[in-house]
Amino acid sequence: MRRPGDRIFSGLSTSAGIVILAALALVAIFLIIQAMPALLADPSEVRGGQGLFHYIGPLVFGTLLSAFIALLIATPLSIGIALFISHYAPRRLAAVLGYIIDLLAAVPSIIFGLWGAEVLAKGSVPLQEWLFENLGWIWLFSGEQATATGRSLLIVSTVLAIMILPIMTATNREVFLQTPSLHEEASLALGATRWEMIRQAVLPFGRSGIVSGMMLGLGRALGETMAVAIILSASGARYSWELLTSNSASTIAADIALNFPESSGISTNTLIASGLVLFLITLIVNMIARWIVSRRAEFSGAN
Amino acid sequence: MSKRIDVHDLDIYYGKFKAVQGVEMTIEPRSVTALIGPSGCGKSTFLRSLNRMHEVIPGAYCEGEVMVDGVNLYGKNVDPVGVRRKIGMVFQRPNPFPTMSIAENVLAGVKLNNQRIKKSDADELVEKSLRGANLWNEVKDRLDKPGSGLSGGQQQRLCIARTIAVKPDVVLMDEPCSALDPISTLAIEDLIEELKADYTIVIVTHNMQQAARVSDKTGFFNITGIGKPGQLVEYDATEKIFNNPNEKATEDYISGRFG
Repeated sequence: MRRPGDRIFSGLSTSAGIVILAALALVAIFLIIQAMPALLADPSEVRGGQGLFHYIGPLVFGTLLSAFIALLIATPLSIGIALFISHYAPRRLAAVLGYIIDLLAAVPSIIFGLWGAEVLAKGSVPLQEWLFENLGWIWLFSGEQATATGRSLLIVSTVLAIMILPIMTATNREVFLQTPSLHEEASLALGATRWEMIRQAVLPFGRSGIVSGMMLGLGRALGETMAVAIILSASGARYSWELLTSNSASTIAADIALNFPESSGISTNTLIASGLVLFLITLIVNMIARWIVSRRAEFSGAN
Repeated sequence: MSKRIDVHDLDIYYGKFKAVQGVEMTIEPRSVTALIGPSGCGKSTFLRSLNRMHEVIPGAYCEGEVMVDGVNLYGKNVDPVGVRRKIGMVFQRPNPFPTMSIAENVLAGVKLNNQRIKKSDADELVEKSLRGANLWNEVKDRLDKPGSGLSGGQQQRLCIARTIAVKPDVVLMDEPCSALDPISTLAIEDLIEELKADYTIVIVTHNMQQAARVSDKTGFFNITGIGKPGQLVEYDATEKIFNNPNEKATEDYISGRFG
């Protein structure tokens, strides 16, 4: 015989779990139903006039490109900051720094967008031109001409990197702090310097946490709308590796935000179809993340 | 390989708190020295000061001298990292690196400081160290499996193998058997007896029979009251300490009247 309190609580938590699943399913169903007309329509009716794949493909490319570059910038930074907070900084400074990083997460994305477009883009024009002229042989920095306004995909990725920094740093800091002192002492007692101890004990222990942090960041970077839309106001749907030119790729979320208000009919369905693709991408990214985390569970600190 | 340790007037602090006061001790090479005493008497703290692991804790420091073959470990130009390479340590709870295989664990210390080691030399060192720790026969078929899959006693012997792989002068052991069952404890004690031929060993233990079984000399630590620093009450040949100690406190502790 179970007590009433037990039964009520188990009922509450079960229904909470079901609500989450139901919400997810409803979103997926909505996306599929609304995207259907665009999937079934004649290619010439779809936005861009050359079929769904032709329209969404470049946007997927741009979304992934900007998010991965953001991740490339943010990962080493977040690991560095987290290590400084957890293992190098004096206790009081570490607390202040952790607090500031957390505050960064509270800045609304539209503010980041405005700041990126007005301050970072304009301010970095000379740097972007320098990259274009001196490192133009790297395919990412090549193209016709560096944009004069500075509002390039590189700035988008930089702003995205700053936006995902807090969540990644917070995750990394948490797992670094949880490194068992047993393992840290084992390393130190073997004659490891602090950096060697970090490489031997802290980073391996925190690896799955670092990956989870990356995936959380990637999820946010993939779906970020306003900051991208503001910086890349002239959207274009093209496959382009160019980070510095105005001839760059755009992202799904920004494209929807910019075009949805003025769209109608099949055009709207096309945009929703691209939203469905974004939904699937984030789903797949998360599944890959789980797989990476579980792959070497045998060697993880959990056993 | 094995070296003599002279401790002179050593005070050990955690911030403002004085944990251990005025230790004088001479530890002979190729001997086993046991440190016994009630909980909180500073014996583990003293042990950790012998390879400068004590100062890993924020605010912790020492005053006094620890001479190893005439060199003061707390001298001005001494690098604590170098000290720990020469004076190895085995901890209370077995702590193999969970992300490393058995072989990688043995080589963990050797690979520090970007030292390169040939594959054949590495294999040889792994076998030699594991044999030295009486673990080779149990793990030779699964060297690439994680060290955390071993039993507690095997993990502790793996940690000993890891410690002796870097060829230290001294091996410190901080209650190495307190998390182990009697059979594993016996295996470690046998191993200590064998390691004595090559290393200077200092072992902290709560188990007085163990101290009596494995050590040549025994030091008894005690505190006079809560908040007071621990002191080395008596230090002598193990036989003398257990049969005919000079101090009343030692006799009371040995005979189980307190602690």
